[in-house]
Amino acid sequence: MIPEIGQIALIIALGVMLLQSTLPLIGAHYGYRSWVGLARPAARIQTLFVAIAFVCLLWAFLVDDFSVLYVANNSNTLLPILYKVSAVWGGHEGSLLLWALVLSVWTFFVSIYSRSMPDLVVARVLAVLGLVSVGFMLFMMLTSNPFDRAFPVPLEGRDLNPLLQDPGLAYHPPMLYVGYVGFAVPFAFAIAAMLGGKLDASWARWSRPWTNIAWMSLTLGIALGSWWAYYELGWGGWWFWDPVENASFLPWLVGTALMHSLAVTEKRGTFKAWTVLLAIFAFSLSLLGTFLVRSGVLTSVHAFASDPSRGVFILAFLVFVVGTSLTLYAFRAGQIRSHASFDLVSRENGLLLNNVLLVVAAASVLLGTLYPLVLDSLNLGKISVGPPYFNAVFVPLMVPLGILMGFGVLSRWKQDSLPRLLMKLRSSMVVSIVGAFALILLFAPFFSWLAVMGMVLAIWILSSLLVSLREQVQGGRRLLSVPRGYWGMFLGHLGVAVFTVGVTLTSMYSTERDISLTEGQSHELAGYTFTLLGLEEVMGPNYIATRGNVEVLNSAGRLETMLYPEKRDYFSTTMPMTEAGIDAGVTRDLFVALGEPLGNNAWAVRLYHKPFIRWIWFGALIMAIGATLAATDKRYLVMARKSAQAPAAGGVQPA
Amino acid sequence: MSKAFLPLLGFLLLAGLFYIVLLQMDSGAYDPREVPTEFIGREAPSFTLPNLYDLSTTVSTESMRGRVWLLNVWGTWCPECWREHAFLVHLAGQGVPIVGLNWRDTVDEAIAMLTDKGDPFEFIGYDPRSDAVIEWGVYGAPETFLIDADGIVRVLHKGMLTAADWERKFAPFFAADEDAS
Repeated sequence: MIPEIGQIALIIALGVMLLQSTLPLIGAHYGYRSWVGLARPAARIQTLFVAIAFVCLLWAFLVDDFSVLYVANNSNTLLPILYKVSAVWGGHEGSLLLWALVLSVWTFFVSIYSRSMPDLVVARVLAVLGLVSVGFMLFMMLTSNPFDRAFPVPLEGRDLNPLLQDPGLAYHPPMLYVGYVGFAVPFAFAIAAMLGGKLDASWARWSRPWTNIAWMSLTLGIALGSWWAYYELGWGGWWFWDPVENASFLPWLVGTALMHSLAVTEKRGTFKAWTVLLAIFAFSLSLLGTFLVRSGVLTSVHAFASDPSRGVFILAFLVFVVGTSLTLYAFRAGQIRSHASFDLVSRENGLLLNNVLLVVAAASVLLGTLYPLVLDSLNLGKISVGPPYFNAVFVPLMVPLGILMGFGVLSRWKQDSLPRLLMKLRSSMVVSIVGAFALILLFAPFFSWLAVMGMVLAIWILSSLLVSLREQVQGGRRLLSVPRGYWGMFLGHLGVAVFTVGVTLTSMYSTERDISLTEGQSHELAGYTFTLLGLEEVMGPNYIATRGNVEVLNSAGRLETMLYPEKRDYFSTTMPMTEAGIDAGVTRDLFVALGEPLGNNAWAVRLYHKPFIRWIWFGALIMAIGATLAATDKRYLVMARKSAQAPAAGGVQPA
Repeated sequence: MSKAFLPLLGFLLLAGLFYIVLLQMDSGAYDPREVPTEFIGREAPSFTLPNLYDLSTTVSTESMRGRVWLLNVWGTWCPECWREHAFLVHLAGQGVPIVGLNWRDTVDEAIAMLTDKGDPFEFIGYDPRSDAVIEWGVYGAPETFLIDADGIVRVLHKGMLTAADWERKFAPFFAADEDAS
């Protein structure tokens, strides 16, 4: 019964979405006030029904309703509650429903927090979002319905893939989706602005907070995914340039460019066409990622069930959404004029360079992801593009970006001079170079030019931020009265500096050993002595595990920590899973993974010492906080309040 | 045409390309899963799986240590596997040790096929849920791995194994093995 309610809710939602995506658009074009007014209620009603459908599927998981095929394939009576919940999006069908729900929730929030905008714009934005929703709903209902029934009804489900039975999976995909799907909002704003023919600074101002929040979620989602891969897969790595990782990284890179380009469009009224194009690209890349992963065109460890017929559907959808937007762009771009002029050395040009570097980086990641596919499908040969390619292309693009960042935060709009900037940043240059050499020479286990370069960049970014902060508080302004928008930038860039430290030190100074240990034996790594004290059997709710008790002594011979790596056998499968024992620390992680039993009581054990690896995720967290602060800057709130007082400004005028 | 059409043009080209890829996938001419394996030259992962003939017992590749052997991933749902089966039986007759990894299959159908066409395998692990094949980086069936005496994967052949493939890729390892012994 409950699954039928879910099914019906989806159909009703689809119907309302169809209204939401057509009537307001027509109304906005011909000036039918009442049709324009339909956009907001329709958006809220469809959100309600998608939410009902989602709750129905959740319910089916919680009560172990194996008559629903998707539940039978992804759950099990023994599965702990948390994983029954996360299993809702653990497979293909359910993750599409989550995607649809997230899009609806974004749409809902746009319908709420849009009072400062003219009704016509809101109607168009919601209609565009509605169209995207319709496409996704059709995809889900026609090719992968989560409510399909299983007959005969199995007595027991197949269980969730053990790799996915981890808290990381409970948070990581929803967070990622919020980010992915969130780029639909700036996309819809850009399309609406083009439809209305008014591409002024105001659409950029409206888009900025939404873009920031979407970017924040995507940043957190990617960081959580990286963290999950680190501790769950037991490989000790944090980024693998896997096609699916790239699929989430591409919209991130373009989204970062978009945030910066929106700033120029809002403040200076220039880069308009480029910003529109970036908004289209950011969302198109989110859709492209979905296509690549769901169609099975690219395969990876992440690939869920995939089949080409689904691929054709998403491709058609992709062509419809991206094709029409770019056609619209092609016809409207000619009318978009940017009048403002600026000098060679100016913040505008700095941000332009930032955009070029980020977009080139995104293009090279895209190329590396698609190149093997293209060559192979055209029978031109087989190649494998791996981390060496990505590192070789990516790092040289990020180094100038880091240098630019230092100048960028101090540069002035319209016109600036290089000597002025160099004067201001004199001390920061000295500090970063001397500091980096000193730190590496004094504390690092060995000297490396790459490590010095990474540290120079990190200190350079940090010190130039401090110089800019001093400028902000000059003239007696207190720290607290510095606008949130500035703090957002400050933390965003600080996060990059912290991230750079993490990446540099982890990749240069990590050590790892694959060894065999019997009970009582020890091994020394990076000054720590790891001793396998013993092994024991432990029972989990749906698995049985062999647990190693590993004692770690520091170089002074004192107890540093105890680690308990596990080798788990889940009842539903026969493949053992590795659960690493990790001691997390600010300056280093100690990581022990239990391998295979080697006979004679010996076990294969993998030991890692990973200096500063936490800084990678911590940096991402700081960036995300920065984006949130910037999105809640007072001027957006003032904007909302002002228009609430003057509702006439938001009145309907025929376009 | 202004340069504002360039993004559209680029996108349409890309979309056309994807469409060709999908068509080729559909017709079977292109299989994205056929990427070079990362396992060549690496230590083969081991597996312990239920014995196809008696699910209450298990079989393990640990027992193959020290020998040169083949791992064949197959399923009764895979027509290519039927076609190569006779050749595997022939190889087994020549004394080549082959371990079967029965993938996404049902016990009844798998045993029926072996009864009907002969069983070339020393033992067969039963893997209906792709637990072990993931560890081996297997994306499609059939796939045949050659693992040397040190437990290193030396050869990976994707698709049907023919006598020509055997001579070219696999036979040298067994020849060397005989010379050494």
